[in-house]
Amino acid sequence: MTSPVLSVSNLNTSFLVDGKWMDVVRDVSFDIGAKETVAVVGESGSGKSVTALSIMRLLSENNARLKGEINFGGQNLLDISQQDMQKVRGNRIGMIFQEPMTSLNPVLKIGKQITEVLVRHRGMTQATARAEAIRLLDKVRIPAARSRLDEYPLSFSGGMRQRVVIAIALACSPQLLIADEPTTALDVTIQAQILELIKVLQEEEGMSVLFITHDMGVVAEISDRTVVMYRGEAVETGTTQEIFQHAKHPYTRALLSAVPKLGSMAGTVQPKRFPIVDMKTGEAASVADTADTVEHDKTPILEVKNLVTRFDIKSGFFGRVSGRVHAVENVSFDLREGETLSLVGESGCGKSTTGRSIMRLTEAKSGSITVGGKDVRHAGKSSLLDIRKHMQMIFQDPFESLNPRMRVGEAIAEPIVTHGLAARGEVRKRVADLLTRVGLSPSMADRFPHEFSGGQRQRVCIARALALEPRFIVADESVSALDVSVKAQVINLMLDLQERFKLAYLFISHDMAVVERISHRVAVMYLGEIVEIGSRASVFENPQHPYTKKLMEAVPVPDPARRQIRRISNDEIRSPVRAPDFVAPVRKYDEVSAGHFVQVQ
Amino acid sequence: MTSYLLSRTLQTVLTLLVMSVLVFVGVYMVGNPVDLLLSTTATPAERLQVIQSFGLDQPVWEQYWTFLTHALSGDLGNSFVFNQPALTLILQRMPATLELAFVALLMALVIGIPLGVYAGLKPKALVSKSIMTFSILGFSLPTFWIGLVMILVFSVKLGWLPASGRGETVDLFGVPVSFLTLDGLSHLALPAFNLALFKISLIIRLTRAGVMECLQLDFVRFARAKGLSETRIVLVHVLKNTLIPLITVIGLELGSLIAFAVVTETIFAWPGMGKLIIDAISVLDRPVILAYLMITVVMFSIINLAVDILYSIVDPRVRLEGDS
Repeated sequence: MTSPVLSVSNLNTSFLVDGKWMDVVRDVSFDIGAKETVAVVGESGSGKSVTALSIMRLLSENNARLKGEINFGGQNLLDISQQDMQKVRGNRIGMIFQEPMTSLNPVLKIGKQITEVLVRHRGMTQATARAEAIRLLDKVRIPAARSRLDEYPLSFSGGMRQRVVIAIALACSPQLLIADEPTTALDVTIQAQILELIKVLQEEEGMSVLFITHDMGVVAEISDRTVVMYRGEAVETGTTQEIFQHAKHPYTRALLSAVPKLGSMAGTVQPKRFPIVDMKTGEAASVADTADTVEHDKTPILEVKNLVTRFDIKSGFFGRVSGRVHAVENVSFDLREGETLSLVGESGCGKSTTGRSIMRLTEAKSGSITVGGKDVRHAGKSSLLDIRKHMQMIFQDPFESLNPRMRVGEAIAEPIVTHGLAARGEVRKRVADLLTRVGLSPSMADRFPHEFSGGQRQRVCIARALALEPRFIVADESVSALDVSVKAQVINLMLDLQERFKLAYLFISHDMAVVERISHRVAVMYLGEIVEIGSRASVFENPQHPYTKKLMEAVPVPDPARRQIRRISNDEIRSPVRAPDFVAPVRKYDEVSAGHFVQVQ
Repeated sequence: MTSYLLSRTLQTVLTLLVMSVLVFVGVYMVGNPVDLLLSTTATPAERLQVIQSFGLDQPVWEQYWTFLTHALSGDLGNSFVFNQPALTLILQRMPATLELAFVALLMALVIGIPLGVYAGLKPKALVSKSIMTFSILGFSLPTFWIGLVMILVFSVKLGWLPASGRGETVDLFGVPVSFLTLDGLSHLALPAFNLALFKISLIIRLTRAGVMECLQLDFVRFARAKGLSETRIVLVHVLKNTLIPLITVIGLELGSLIAFAVVTETIFAWPGMGKLIIDAISVLDRPVILAYLMITVVMFSIINLAVDILYSIVDPRVRLEGDS
């Protein structure tokens, strides 16, 4: 390797917390060579983002302390003044962040946000900077670049915003690009576009890339070398190939075993638990096989027929309907006891609205929903209360779905009390029992949500949902916000509960690999419609609809040997907003194999 | 845009109607202005004559109808007390009040925003803490008391500034204004600052909160990663976002500045409409009360409209309803 572009040695970062200095990054060292991509991978709290921010010196100097050496272009970045550092940032090192929706200033035009960098670092005039900005937008493959300069961020989709952010970061042709989880907030097909774009631009510009991510699939897809971080330390560094094939550190092995791999379920019929690897020894505990839980002979617990949910968009003086969101369009499926049916699709496909319509958190427009033989859509207040005992919901964000001022014990007890399911004296015992069931200790009932980690909070949410002994649970992106190892544990818990109580899940997710692991059946949704539905094995092993195929191809494979070559498409996530006079076309379905239906185009 | 303006105008007309009915019924129920205006020695004949001349012998709905038909032709009736058109009375005094209010608003912005930005950028600095203490004082001390103290210090003890009146005025488009003469300005200084004090405190707090919130946002971090100077980040990226909530509040506060001017006007003997309306209320001079309130409603509507339009200019995410 020629002399490295960036060389981090013995980086120590500590934060001032309640008057004490806490080490967040300890003795981290790595090099990035010319034109090389290095990934720093780890779970939340591993210090990977702090490492990136330390290199850029973006941490507040009042409560963050940096030690060690960061050599870049012949100088130690930790020694130079803030003024000199400003000349490095955005100029010789570009950086992009996770949230494209908030990285751009909402009240400044796109053009201005690009040109200000050029004016600052290149001393360009407004006119030349504008011309350069057009070139940059072309470079990140934004169609009709010239006309978009005077638009505000709000008229760009998430993926397009991330491209603008990349254009800004690359405006001054930096030697190094630091990308901090740049695709985490994006849909999987858009993620594929952005990853490909970064690869192509790296080639064109001849720059090095430092890629921060939690996603092993993305690591395998993009990086030459990988640094694995765990609790502030770089536990393993090596070529990506080595890390994936011969990981030495137990944590790396644990991380890799928890990563759901798309296609790893080929040949199995039942859902499969994740092997839980001991973080210290790296030994995987053996996984119990999952029993067949589906009650094929009984009538389904949930039947949805021709469900339609639309939202009117009103505008003008008289509140005229100017358009309609066709969120759910003619959706039918059923769910049996002990079965997991997954609804997959990208943002705006109507998967969450379907779940909410079933729970009657959103009113459907037409169609029928039957739970345990009872009509949900026309149920009155008291009978709805009754039906709701049978169906519960777990949401995506465990931080927002628990009341921060309520002890978790009270939160779990609330539905029991509301429905009068236990005598006053017994409630505490029930809560303790529920906490044990989800793998928490009963003594935790007196704690507040902020005292729990994300994974524990999601367990509390599951306990709360289980309080009513429901027959099925709508899990809306319930594991999406969790770290891989925690995600694996929560999924294992869900499978345990399914086996014990014959629970059925309507599992709503965008994550194909997790869906493959947990489902009995899968329904793929696109623009409010189900385009393909069938058993997990048939949909994953024999996908028929082009959208299903596209979705699966976009999933990054956590295997560096199987890198795919893709072209950068400019497909955007399409919007289900239609004109008010739009009539949804009648769809026909082909039965490819038993129970596997595909929409005919 | 046209349909938006149309709907806003209709809303204003509706507000005017509802307000005039309320005032009519309200004043009618409170008492009879004739009792307050005539001396106790007036003969029944004189009394009857006055009542008839005011039209108070009619049933109240008929009085309202007369008012409404006249109002449509721009006649809001004569003041019971001055026997002059109520509208003329108010319009004579309005420029003085508006001048006072706008100068106070300008002071509030010019002083409040920079102090607020500073306090937001360096919340732990001693200067910031002093600014915040000052703003608490501005909030909590009553306007009339500060007014009196200011007169005591600057006019009586130091003799720097005059304590009352408008001073020398010049006509600007036929309206007399004080702020264009040195004497006028010196008369304006104390009352305007007195009126502005509360608003300065409010704007300091709002700006500080806005700046502190904005500094946490991702785009500020990204702006730093772009290598921009702190000055540019604050002046361009942070300030424009902070202005958004500020504009709404400033719009509402301009209205209350005009309304609160009553107290300041009384203390500094400022010849505005505040004094007029207080007198009108005490003798139930209905035409003046009505005309004043109608002008206020129209003024508030215009201010709010201006705020909404300004808002949509500053924040591209806001689109005026009916604007596609």
